[in-house]
Amino acid sequence: MSAGPRIGVLALQGAYREHRQRLEALGAQVTEVRLPGDLAGLRGLILPGGESTTMARLMTEYRLWGPVRDFHAAGGHLWGTCAGAILLAREVQGAPPQFGHQDSLALLDVTVQRNAFGRQIDSFTTEVRVSGLEAPLPAVFIRAPAFARTGAGVERLSTYEGQTVAVRQGTLLATAFHPELTGDLRLHELFVDGLTEPVAN
Amino acid sequence: MSDVQTGTPALKQGFAEMFKGGVIMDVVTADQARIAEAAGATAVMALERVPADIRVDGGVARMSDPKMIKEIIGAVSIPVMAKVRIGHIVEAQILQALGVDFIDESEVLTPADDQYHILKSEFKVPFVCGAKNLGEALRRVGEGASMIRTKGEAGTGNVIEAVRHARTVLGDIRTIQARPAEELMTAARDLQAPYELVKYVHQHGKLPVVNFAAGGVATPADAALMMVLGLDGVFVGSGIFKSDNPERRAQAIVKAVTHYQNPDVLAEISEDLGAPMTGINIDDLIPAERLAARGW
Repeated sequence: MSAGPRIGVLALQGAYREHRQRLEALGAQVTEVRLPGDLAGLRGLILPGGESTTMARLMTEYRLWGPVRDFHAAGGHLWGTCAGAILLAREVQGAPPQFGHQDSLALLDVTVQRNAFGRQIDSFTTEVRVSGLEAPLPAVFIRAPAFARTGAGVERLSTYEGQTVAVRQGTLLATAFHPELTGDLRLHELFVDGLTEPVAN
Repeated sequence: MSDVQTGTPALKQGFAEMFKGGVIMDVVTADQARIAEAAGATAVMALERVPADIRVDGGVARMSDPKMIKEIIGAVSIPVMAKVRIGHIVEAQILQALGVDFIDESEVLTPADDQYHILKSEFKVPFVCGAKNLGEALRRVGEGASMIRTKGEAGTGNVIEAVRHARTVLGDIRTIQARPAEELMTAARDLQAPYELVKYVHQHGKLPVVNFAAGGVATPADAALMMVLGLDGVFVGSGIFKSDNPERRAQAIVKAVTHYQNPDVLAEISEDLGAPMTGINIDDLIPAERLAARGW
């Protein structure tokens, strides 16, 4: 068996271990990314769930914004789940009131609404239909965001109760929910399979 | 849709997973909550007095004023936790009604019940509970806690008890893992813990929920030490706002938890933080002042 693609998981904080386990179950080689140098040699990078405010703060502190953008520009695939999706978005609504804005990579042409479904007490599990997957996918929404606006180049992969909850734009994938918290590996498979295809342009 | 579920153990535990590798900070005002958020806290714990002040002031420590909790909820976008007294079902109902994201059934407040803890599985809001050993941790999980924190000795700025409890819980886990399956019922009896949860620990080598450190963490190195020992994250109380420079210290502790395996980064962030909180030598505490002893 040949070694799977080398994939990074941003490990500043949050559910990075779960992503790591899911990727390893699919045969990928996983690197935990905490500093810019950790990006070397990766094909893809997952930005996990957690607290987007915290992760954004640490991205600034460790000068990761530029290197992650460069990684994407060089053909690296990115997938953000929940907080990670917020980090990918061009615009963020519901930023911490004291700042009025939240830093992000601004790569994905969407406006993401933080906590679109409410506080923790409103968090829920359900099943969602995702384009490209036959059967519905179990989805865990925890203080989840939603994609309130999607740009022309953004494909909506899934909606729930009228809100867009999964999108794709080129080599960028974003989900408002947490596939890493379920035993269903299909989205991780989709991401890993995408890495074996040649990058457009 | 009929298949939508809220308040399930999976959701509560999944939420707790999102705090991993993070720092949860005690705050007593909206301003402190903003400082904590700006420093990169993954959540704030809203309470009336930090443990160091509870120690000094004495008297009965209770759930905070809902007005203060609402102000803190309004001030930040990160999750807000708040404490209830052990066994105080009604304080917990009030916090749930306020929309608090997590409830800490905490020995730092004066216990309301000297026999029983809250049946946490009855609530939609998740709970974190303190523990000193595996039996205590599994009893709390059995009652529905979605997160465990080692107790440490809150308000002392002295990490020794946090280390002791972390080593005890993790050592107990390794002991269970090493035992043959037919011994687990007796092990459950000895631990006074639910058998099914002891089996879980045997199979997985970990608690069924996230396990954070708390109580006495005062420096970035303390926080990193708790991560090195094998915990999932850190609660910091008096250690931040009783130090000379809360902003810098808070930021440094957040970074220490991320980079706990990187001594070069730890050396850099530990520099020039101003004086830490004074701290108390725990040997000097009379038994009645030891908060970690509360909980049954």
